[in-house]
Amino acid sequence: MKTPDGLLYAKTDEWIKLDGKEAVLGITDFAQDQLSDVVYVEFMIDVDDQVTKGDAVATVESVKAASDVNFPASGKIIAINEDLIDAPELLNSDPYEGGWMVKMMIDDPSELEELLEAEAYEAYNEEREG
Amino acid sequence: MFTPHTPQEIVEMLKVIGVDRIEDLFTSVPEKYRFPKLDIADRLSEMEVLAELNEIASANASTDDFISFLGAGAYDHYIPAAVDMLLQRGEFYTAYTPYQPEVSQGTLQSIFEFQSLMTELTGMDVSNASHYDGATAAAEAVNMAFHIFRGKRKKILVSRAVNPQYRETIRTYMQGQENVQIIGDEEGTDFFDENQTFIEKIDNNTAVVVVQYPDFFGRINDYTKLIESAHEKGALVTFVFNPTALGLLKPPGAFDVDIAVGDGQPLGIPLSYGGPYLGIFTTKEKYIRKLAGRLVGETVDDSGNRAYVLTLTAREQHIRREKSTSNICTNQGLMVLAATIYLSVLGKSGFKQVANLCYQKAHYAADQISRLEGYELAFKETPFFHEFVIKTPKPVNQINLHLQNHWILGGYDLSQDYPELDNHMLIAVTEKISRDDIDEFVMALEEVAHD
Amino acid sequence: MTELTIYELSQQGRTGVQFPEPDVPISALPETFKREEINLPELSEQDVIRHFTNLSKLNYAIDSGFYPLGSCTMKYNPKINEVVSRLPDFANTHPLQPIVSVQGNLYLMYQLQEWLQEISGFHRVCLTPAAGAHGEFVGGLIIKKYHQVNKDPKRVKILIPDSAHGTNPATSSMSGFNVVALPSDERGNVDIEALKAECDDTLAGLMLTNPNTLGLFDENVVEVIQMVHDAGGLVYGDGANLNALLGILRPGDVGFDIMHFNLHKTFSTPHGGGGPGSGPVGVSKALAEFLPSPIVTIIEEGDEDLPPFFGFYNPKHTIGRMKAFYGHFGVHIRAYTYIAMHGPKGLRDIGEKAVLNANYLMTKVKQDYHLPYDRLCMHEFVVEGKWDEIPNIHALDISKRLMDYGFHPPTNYFPLIVHEALMIEPTETESKQTLDAFAKAMASIAKEAREDPTKLTGAPFTTPIGRCDEVKAARDLVLCCYIPEE
Repeated sequence: MKTPDGLLYAKTDEWIKLDGKEAVLGITDFAQDQLSDVVYVEFMIDVDDQVTKGDAVATVESVKAASDVNFPASGKIIAINEDLIDAPELLNSDPYEGGWMVKMMIDDPSELEELLEAEAYEAYNEEREG
Repeated sequence: MFTPHTPQEIVEMLKVIGVDRIEDLFTSVPEKYRFPKLDIADRLSEMEVLAELNEIASANASTDDFISFLGAGAYDHYIPAAVDMLLQRGEFYTAYTPYQPEVSQGTLQSIFEFQSLMTELTGMDVSNASHYDGATAAAEAVNMAFHIFRGKRKKILVSRAVNPQYRETIRTYMQGQENVQIIGDEEGTDFFDENQTFIEKIDNNTAVVVVQYPDFFGRINDYTKLIESAHEKGALVTFVFNPTALGLLKPPGAFDVDIAVGDGQPLGIPLSYGGPYLGIFTTKEKYIRKLAGRLVGETVDDSGNRAYVLTLTAREQHIRREKSTSNICTNQGLMVLAATIYLSVLGKSGFKQVANLCYQKAHYAADQISRLEGYELAFKETPFFHEFVIKTPKPVNQINLHLQNHWILGGYDLSQDYPELDNHMLIAVTEKISRDDIDEFVMALEEVAHD
Repeated sequence: MTELTIYELSQQGRTGVQFPEPDVPISALPETFKREEINLPELSEQDVIRHFTNLSKLNYAIDSGFYPLGSCTMKYNPKINEVVSRLPDFANTHPLQPIVSVQGNLYLMYQLQEWLQEISGFHRVCLTPAAGAHGEFVGGLIIKKYHQVNKDPKRVKILIPDSAHGTNPATSSMSGFNVVALPSDERGNVDIEALKAECDDTLAGLMLTNPNTLGLFDENVVEVIQMVHDAGGLVYGDGANLNALLGILRPGDVGFDIMHFNLHKTFSTPHGGGGPGSGPVGVSKALAEFLPSPIVTIIEEGDEDLPPFFGFYNPKHTIGRMKAFYGHFGVHIRAYTYIAMHGPKGLRDIGEKAVLNANYLMTKVKQDYHLPYDRLCMHEFVVEGKWDEIPNIHALDISKRLMDYGFHPPTNYFPLIVHEALMIEPTETESKQTLDAFAKAMASIAKEAREDPTKLTGAPFTTPIGRCDEVKAARDLVLCCYIPEE
């Protein structure tokens, strides 16, 4: 299970890459493994939407499950990865790069304080699987 | 009855489990309430129960006894012998929901064929594997539209010319949602100018507009302006259709409607005092993922053979649970098969014949009745398919009583649902009715006018 | 082994069932509404008969074998049901006929209402809901309306055990409630402490399946119901597992306020490859006026000479109409017949034998499969379809291999609280011989899992098709036959 350094992780299995106030968001390798083959991604938001922490980003649908992806922080959407609409399998094959989901401007970086660093997220995963 | 256990087997089984008596298996059931005495009739043998059911049935009269002109949501069509013969195959009717595709290809392929037939019939992109009936399909259409807008549009516009029971069902279904307004069918809404007043009510808060085609009064309305206005305002349009009519009429898909629903009872399903019937639900491709109910898709197995499976199941209740938009599980499997067989055995030619016969006979009947003194065709300006409304010289229930003495079942008394339509009867004519039947009906109507 | 589709079999110009020419003068349909063409298949009657006969042979069914599907109650469907439901004086009655002409139908429905009331201990029953989930929706709406009428709008919370069927939370959402999941304790009962914490003035109700989806009778059911009532909530019973309680316990007696029946489970009406079902709802006296419309009632009492005259009524606070007409009458006839053939003794026999069969099978199967809740079960039980020492084998593989032994698999992956769950419900109509054969197959598969796991992972080998590519089905959506251009 891959857990790259330099990213922040939510216990609900989203990752966030912060660059000043700009952030990129996606789901983790653990999440895509749990879902198995993703067949569809439905975005719940549009570009320029203002969102609140906890709002739904998208629903990710596999053959056996449909999971919601939620925003770990509030902010404004600046981009959505349209590639995922025709190639949802990118979430399985490349969850941290080609499978990015949204780009947003974060209002308040302190909201991200409760997120975990790579090591802590890995430990959390081990705890869950055991 | 149907428990095959011999006394010896019961003893052996109890021994394996490790208890002395069957009663010992129920210790977790509170003693106070255990083994209640049930005050119901003692059991009957199969022979006796058949005699009893025959006796109960004999207290009925059926459409076999009458010449029937009753429609209003359920239609007496001819069902070819092939339909029930195939339906009675145990491999079909005692099979379970096809969750295990390897042993359910019979059911799955026939549902796939049903989906294809429904999209062809309606001109829409996709059909699901059925809903309970036309009324619940209409309610689910409204529910689906509501969810497509994520609850942001709270206005539902429903025509008063939609079947009254369907409108009631829509209201029942939507009462679980906050602040939803269902309007457009208030008492006093004008039937003649309905289209226009309706169009004026569509705005940016309207989720969906629901109209019927042909409508409850049998009329074939031109909804093009209405559909244009609705789409301009971003609202969806749902047609409630009659499947037989689509053998002759332009299908809903040709009008760019978003959802088309109806009841498939006319497609090889007996009247059966109101159920089980068949909810048909079709929509545009872009709404596939919002579609409630089962969907069968084509795929391949591990040897490359073509195979059919339930697909997009992640939408359904057993996976989405509280996030699913509908809770539907069991639907109308056997009725789906009946409709598929009916349409297959009638085929293009037979189905067009049925639609045409209904149209021709209904128009002959309307023409003959309108020549009678005291009787008049209501809604004269609008074309109709196989149902039409006549104004009668006396209250409809009086007329129907007289007709019954002639072993004729008259049409539906519209005053029950539309207070301003007293002395208005809704008459349906299907391919089963002969010219002689119609002439007899006309004679009897003439008689009762002069009583 | 595949069958062509009706469109692939179609031949231009071929006809099937035909109708006579119109015997009336011709009227023309206005051109604006005339359909250009309708592309239905063109087949002969014999094409259709062969096609569907061959399709039927690809199906497994109760008439061919055992279905140990937990929560589905796949019992034998008596053939007399098919005879009585086809009596023309039942099948050919129009729902809008004057009620004087259908007193037979109304009598049957009334009697069925009465019998279901008596069997379950409820005050009044409505027969209109079309299926279990539809009946559940009725339950949700009744709870909502009850609190509305009692001016208690704060009550927006419904509690649902984590073992519940997916329709329960889906229904609660549809009814406008918030769902809170309740955990189960180590014995499989509702966790009393967790329940206590949720009993406040926002509690609308609890949806409880008893016996639950683990096949276990909740040992605290009376206390659980009492707690919810004390907090001002209502208790809805999911009646899917009623087969275990026929003649054993009446849910109304222990305090359930509302319950739906599944006639296509408990009362032997056939499953039809996915319906039609029927989901009547029973309620306590306090809720009788909230039931859906219409309900069959006696309009005029009878006397020594005349039978009672039946009709319909709409309850005072009715939640409204659930569908057109009166419910699935064709299914009601079958359930009526079933109850009439059983009587009180026969019904109790069903409850007893259903539980006997389940415990017998459980005792045998648990020798090779882990049983997470090891106590006497009711009519079904759940085992784990996995072994820690064989990590590559899942419940799915065991299920697929069972097909090679001639059995339909049990329910998979449900309830969610057991890993790789296999839920097994034999029903009372299976013989000891069938149960023994099934247990033997399960034991054999357990052995194969250790000695030659490819027999499981590659299964099934002997069915008309093998494992399907479900990912492809979802990604490359093909939902209609390919129809060649004219």
